[in-house]
Amino acid sequence: MNATSLVSQISARLPDTDRDSLLRYSRQLLRGLGAPLLGLALFLLLWQFAAQKVDTSLGKFPGPLAVAEQAANLYDEHAAERDKAAAFYQRQEDRIAERLAQQPEWQPTRRSYTGAPTFFDQIGTSLITVLAGFVLASIVAIPLGIVMGLSRFVSNAVNPLVQLFRPVSPLAWLPLVTLVVSAVYTSDDPMFARSFVVSMITVTLCCLWPTLINTAVGVTTVSQDLNNVSKVLRLGWFTHVRKIVLPSAIPMMFTGLRVSLGIAWMVLIAAEMLAQNPGLGKFVWDEFQNGSSQSLSRIMVAVLAIGLIGFALDRLMLMAQRRVDWQKGD
Amino acid sequence: MKPLLEISAVDMRFTTPKGTFEALKDVNLKITEGEFVSLIGHSGCGKSTVLNLVGGLLQASSGGIILDGREVSEPGPERAIVFQNHSLLPWLTVWQNVELAVKTVFKGKKSRAEMRDWIEHNLALVNMSHALDKRPDEISGGMKQRVGIARALAMQPRVLLMDEPFGALDALTRAHLQDTLMEIQRDLNNTVIMITHDVDEAVLLSDRIVMMTNGPSATVGEILPIDLPRPRDRLALADDAHYNHLRHEVLRFLYEKQRKVENIPAAEKKVAAEKKPDAEVSEAPTRRAVGSDL
Repeated sequence: MNATSLVSQISARLPDTDRDSLLRYSRQLLRGLGAPLLGLALFLLLWQFAAQKVDTSLGKFPGPLAVAEQAANLYDEHAAERDKAAAFYQRQEDRIAERLAQQPEWQPTRRSYTGAPTFFDQIGTSLITVLAGFVLASIVAIPLGIVMGLSRFVSNAVNPLVQLFRPVSPLAWLPLVTLVVSAVYTSDDPMFARSFVVSMITVTLCCLWPTLINTAVGVTTVSQDLNNVSKVLRLGWFTHVRKIVLPSAIPMMFTGLRVSLGIAWMVLIAAEMLAQNPGLGKFVWDEFQNGSSQSLSRIMVAVLAIGLIGFALDRLMLMAQRRVDWQKGD
Repeated sequence: MKPLLEISAVDMRFTTPKGTFEALKDVNLKITEGEFVSLIGHSGCGKSTVLNLVGGLLQASSGGIILDGREVSEPGPERAIVFQNHSLLPWLTVWQNVELAVKTVFKGKKSRAEMRDWIEHNLALVNMSHALDKRPDEISGGMKQRVGIARALAMQPRVLLMDEPFGALDALTRAHLQDTLMEIQRDLNNTVIMITHDVDEAVLLSDRIVMMTNGPSATVGEILPIDLPRPRDRLALADDAHYNHLRHEVLRFLYEKQRKVENIPAAEKKVAAEKKPDAEVSEAPTRRAVGSDL
């Protein structure tokens, strides 16, 4: 029994007005979901069909089913690794308890589990790195953008540098960042892993620009009338920025932040691949080097995960924007 | 009686890419406390420039403006401005818009409770107590202008400056707001300078009408005292002979003595020359477009 006949059976028992609205609702639902589902189905079919035609050195290119299977495998591996870790800690605690029973004055040392990071661990690492890089970039870009927007002089001074560095690929930055971080960030007990700092700074350098440019433009579009209001009230510089400039610039600023976060995510994967820093990029690279018959499917899982996470990050930014944006219906 | 505000020998020149443009030449005007003065003249005659000079948003090229014995050199809340397109902060509610002004002006002078009462009082004056939590895009153009007036009044200005406050409103809303303004002015006895294009509005509201000559080098042409008794009632005045006589005086000045000569090429040149200062003195047509979404 298909959905339409089910709807009509249910609706037959409802009063007329309810039936009308139910029919209208289901039609809207079909139209809203139908097109995306159709697109997805066509894509899967095309993928399955094309995959069979491609022979690689690692066997046939994986179709959707092989990829789904590997996704499940990756999850199982993750669960197994977690069990192993839990078992390790249990054994350690048991041993310590045993020895403490014999020698109460003994100071136990606890070691942490050192298994290989799973796919999901790598996702976690990448997410933390991208957010750290993005937050760092925003902390630099937003205040600088505001100052650039307010001062023609600063804007003229900074603008050439922005134009110069904005198009630079993350892959060009990476060797420099790696060497500089290695030279400067030397500590016996570092708070963050060096690889994390390298990835984060590379992300920051690349995703700084859209936020910076958009904030500066947003600030310059503050209406002259509102500036006049500020002058009549003799608002101080700081109050002027907080009450007039920032709210005016918020719509543009968030547009910049969204673009920045998207760039940050793309850059991070590339940086992790090239620098062999922990994260999803390293996962892809390891699988590529690994070259087993499953590698292509596992890389495909990573590709889809990267896409989904990028999409989710963008949605999150959009939600944040809707919360703080005073412009309605935008 | 010593004037509250004195504009003496003010010239205003703007530097444009085509050279210097003299907008105002030797403007003199004295305004006493509690007086309601309208500035009227054709567009581009520099009315807004005069207002912005008094407001401190522009600095005179020569001559000066003295308020209360002190020279005006910068904008300030004692010369509150009601802008043509209301200029409310769109992200703040009606209440918060007035609050920003009150908190800034009376910082350390009024207690928190006194400020709250003062905000409420001023919004009640313009009959906006029902929409305190609405944002500007949720209320009509007339209401926005009411809030703009409340915000200006809340600064307790020595002089209230109004830049075509009702220019962007429909006729009915405008009449309603004019009545509100007359009531407020009767109760508070504010000193007001208002720019207007509307002859009826000028005659109805003013104690004196300052008629300006056409620019460039505009100046005060004639000053017409309006000695109609207050309170004034627009319906009764419609048939009043003296009212109509005053109205004719203004019209005669505008359309006989200072008739704009619309010689097409010359006019175009003049418009081009006036564009630059106009944009700065807030008479640009875009502003009207923004304000006209009733």
